[in-house]
Amino acid sequence: MGILRFIAARAALGVLTLFAVSILLYLGTQLLPGDVASALLGQSATPDALAVLRAKLGLNEPAYLRYLHWLWGVLHGNLGNSLTTGTPIAGELMPRLINTLFLAGYAAIIAVPLAVGLGILSAIREGSLMDRLASILSLAAISFPEFFVSYILIVVFASQLGWLPSLATVYDGMGFWDRVDATTLPAITLTLVVVAHMLRMTRTSTLAVMSAPYVETAFLKGLSRSRVVLSHALPNALAPIINVVAINLAYLVVGVVVVEVVFVYPGVGQLMVDAVTKRDLPTVQACGLVFAIVFIGLNTIADICSALANPRLRSRKRQ
Amino acid sequence: MKIAGRKVPFTAYIGGVIVVLALIMILFAPWIAPYPQTKIVGGVWDTPNPHDWLGTDSIGRDMLSRLIYGGRTSVSIALIATCLTMIIGVGLGFVAASTSKLVDNIISRVVDILLAMPILIFGLMVFAVLGTSIPIMIITISVLESTRVFRLARAVAMNITVMDYVQVARLRGEGIGWVIFREILPNALPPLVAEFGLRFCFTFLFIASLSFLGLGIQPPAADWGSMVHDNAQAIAFGGYAPLFPAGAIAIVTIGVNLVVDWLLSIHALPAGAGAEI
Repeated sequence: MGILRFIAARAALGVLTLFAVSILLYLGTQLLPGDVASALLGQSATPDALAVLRAKLGLNEPAYLRYLHWLWGVLHGNLGNSLTTGTPIAGELMPRLINTLFLAGYAAIIAVPLAVGLGILSAIREGSLMDRLASILSLAAISFPEFFVSYILIVVFASQLGWLPSLATVYDGMGFWDRVDATTLPAITLTLVVVAHMLRMTRTSTLAVMSAPYVETAFLKGLSRSRVVLSHALPNALAPIINVVAINLAYLVVGVVVVEVVFVYPGVGQLMVDAVTKRDLPTVQACGLVFAIVFIGLNTIADICSALANPRLRSRKRQ
Repeated sequence: MKIAGRKVPFTAYIGGVIVVLALIMILFAPWIAPYPQTKIVGGVWDTPNPHDWLGTDSIGRDMLSRLIYGGRTSVSIALIATCLTMIIGVGLGFVAASTSKLVDNIISRVVDILLAMPILIFGLMVFAVLGTSIPIMIITISVLESTRVFRLARAVAMNITVMDYVQVARLRGEGIGWVIFREILPNALPPLVAEFGLRFCFTFLFIASLSFLGLGIQPPAADWGSMVHDNAQAIAFGGYAPLFPAGAIAIVTIGVNLVVDWLLSIHALPAGAGAEI
């Protein structure tokens, strides 16, 4: 009962946050000097043309009504029309969302086992050569911009060795393995970017449990270090690890923006950057909303999963 | 050498040297750079040679000179944005911690909403509406990032406001300004200095990414991010041109990070505490 209530409360909070963010995303456009119509038609627009466009875009209604109309449309899968092409945004967005999720999923499959495994390993062998290598790697990953990592990988694996394509070109009806081949370099880039943070947090939360008295007891019983870490410390360190993994998965979906642009990969991030340069507001809003749903959704799932892994978190929340 | 009773680690020296070299470079750019930043001195994407040490860029300007001048723009804009971030974040954090519960709740809830999304997404949204210019970029980044600073500043100040000397100051009848500037600030300074370094790294990388996306600093001002953007095509022709500005960004960030790690270790804060998304 307690668990179900916690899940329901956390999910409700997630929906509420999403609602607040959607208001912010929508009302952000009201900051415009003038309005969308005058931005769209430019300086030379006649008052008549402006009036017609305003009526067409529904700009004569008050802001909260427009927001509700927009929200109603979104809930029915209608994201509005792009200002530049005039076509429905949903049709443009969906295939790109699948591409983005494919790339993020590919990176996650490499990154999560790698980071958690290495993190536990460097907790077991604290202070060893591997542990120090891991900490240098995390420093590099925090300090290197994504495009630096991308270009180094492109120079080495595409230009010099010629093993992988330098551009992630995908098209409809492409075979699964061709797609995997095309997206390998961007996936490795993303992996390198997120692995360090996950590794460091896994190591830290495992080591934090290591100072507990019951772990000392386990050592005094004569158990080996790896046994202590794996069966005594790890279960209690699981909640923060799950949390950091989910947060990094959320980052993967959003952090793809730069990587998608480097590799010219047709994902949501690239669409959003294009729309920002063309100041195509409805498209930017739609992309922002998609990112918000994925990001807030994964964060909510993270909280729920780590509560499931650690009963103490549940009871503390209930107080 | 010892500072605060501890030996300064080797890595902190490396970081310090990088930071000092970068500062010298940006302060004395016109005297160090071999060519003016806009002068065309060779062909397109010449490879490094004795004449142009790092080769030339997409329209034949000397890469090294552009790097030296570009560092000026990149570092100074990131510094301004970081200062503004700290002022807003620390100010709000202290106010939230030392005034009424209602004010604290209002600020905290607004911050929660802004924290629910990555900075990049909100940032792109603002640029779509207001267009891109350096002042808009600096203000947007500062406001969005100050939410991250706010949480730290509030937590630190919360621990200080319960101290006896703050209570004494309040009972003495001191106003909010005195409490914040004379009681809380001096005691909260060490963690905030480390946070400043971490925020600088983050802001620096963020502005570089925006410029790389073509949304940050606009030409003709050279900055490292847009230099990567302008020279990206060289990769397709087997050149290395974008690696120089990208590498410069990485080196400066590593330098600041090494210094920050050392500062954090003095004050016994967890390493990587600022590696927040």
